[in-house]
Amino acid sequence: MEAATHAHAVESELNPATWHDPKRYAWLLGLIVPLLPFIAWGLVALTGLGVFWFYGPFLVFVIFPLLDLAIGMDAENPPDSIIKWLEQDRYYRWCTYAFIPLQYVGLVFACWLWADGGLSTVDSIGLVLTMGMVSGIAINTAHELGHKRADLERWLSKVALAQSGYGHFFIEHNRGHHVRVATPEDPASARLGESFWAFLPRTVAGSLRSAWGLERARLERGGHSAWSIHNDILQAWAMTVVLFAALTAVFGPVVLPYLVGQAVLGFCLLEVVNYLEHYGLLREKREDGRYERCRPAHSWNSNNVASNVLLYHLQRHSDHHANPTRRYQALRHVEEAPQLPTGYAGMILIAVVPPLWRRVMDHRLLDHYGGEVGRANVEPRVERRVRARYGTA
Amino acid sequence: MAAWRCPGCGYVYDEEVGHPREGFAAGTSWSEVPDDWHCPDCGIYDKVDFELADG
Repeated sequence: MEAATHAHAVESELNPATWHDPKRYAWLLGLIVPLLPFIAWGLVALTGLGVFWFYGPFLVFVIFPLLDLAIGMDAENPPDSIIKWLEQDRYYRWCTYAFIPLQYVGLVFACWLWADGGLSTVDSIGLVLTMGMVSGIAINTAHELGHKRADLERWLSKVALAQSGYGHFFIEHNRGHHVRVATPEDPASARLGESFWAFLPRTVAGSLRSAWGLERARLERGGHSAWSIHNDILQAWAMTVVLFAALTAVFGPVVLPYLVGQAVLGFCLLEVVNYLEHYGLLREKREDGRYERCRPAHSWNSNNVASNVLLYHLQRHSDHHANPTRRYQALRHVEEAPQLPTGYAGMILIAVVPPLWRRVMDHRLLDHYGGEVGRANVEPRVERRVRARYGTA
Repeated sequence: MAAWRCPGCGYVYDEEVGHPREGFAAGTSWSEVPDDWHCPDCGIYDKVDFELADG
């Protein structure tokens, strides 16, 4: 590969027999997430320390940010000639399918622990936080599956969302967010000057409203009422109701507040990731009134290996928006995409502290737009303050 | 009956088949599909971006 003139010849020789995916077996690491309640239980049993019930948030917010710093980046892409083959390799699908049974065995185990495990209230809260991490990262698994064309995968996506009660996500995300991403109309695209804490209620309420509108429009076109058995949102929520009711019936009402707590944490974890994925980025409006097509410049990316393995390449977000049905193992690093200073795990910690977030991100966003505030997606309620701070261009 | 292809992801709307899940019964002509309808697979392209598919 030393001479550029040979590059093409070498490329064309690449085939499944000669190219090896360096991350192939790393994807199995994603399965440590649904195993978290078992890992926490094991660590408590080994050490006798109740603090290990908090192992979930410790893994996501301490270990993974440090791993990102230690392991660093990987901008390598699978060669174009391999992508089709890579997507067809069923092994990668099974890595995501396997998440779901483990997720629910873990949830049942957690309920047993809450009801009969002899945990103190603090221990139980630790386990709620740990299960919230599972719930939230399960939304990421649901996200990967929900973008696929196969009915089985779309159904598995709904199942994975049952734990967080966020079943409307796969409607809103695919048909709402992807259509309106990086515009003021998208509830899930954060704006310059908007803190995470202001974004959270806006995205939760806005996404719900939008999902319902999309589903109602779809059903009405087919001559159904929105309140029908064909409503995918109602079907997905019904899964959550049945799941929580069954777990409450088996383990007693004591588990219900914990189940609700982990679900809320789960979807908040998703929403903080939504916050950082498109912060301040804006698609231009064309002369015909439509927005320019979503480009790599409209998503924040990160090539940190550790969080990319944990999140099925979600951080290669620009390629995901350009090719939403592309499978995670084939997502590519895109050169012109704006880069986050570290992986999502570390960025979440920054996002929940608004002054720190502004300090880290606002100048990156402004650099991306050559210092012109007017090209960013600015929160209208604080526009004057933002313009006073960063200039009026 | 004609078919229309999403220029991004390759999804094809075939008038003969329609898209019953989306509320377009088999035989629904392309002109009856609303202009603000987006590609159901990728969400990137609008109806007006679709191209006539050959054959």
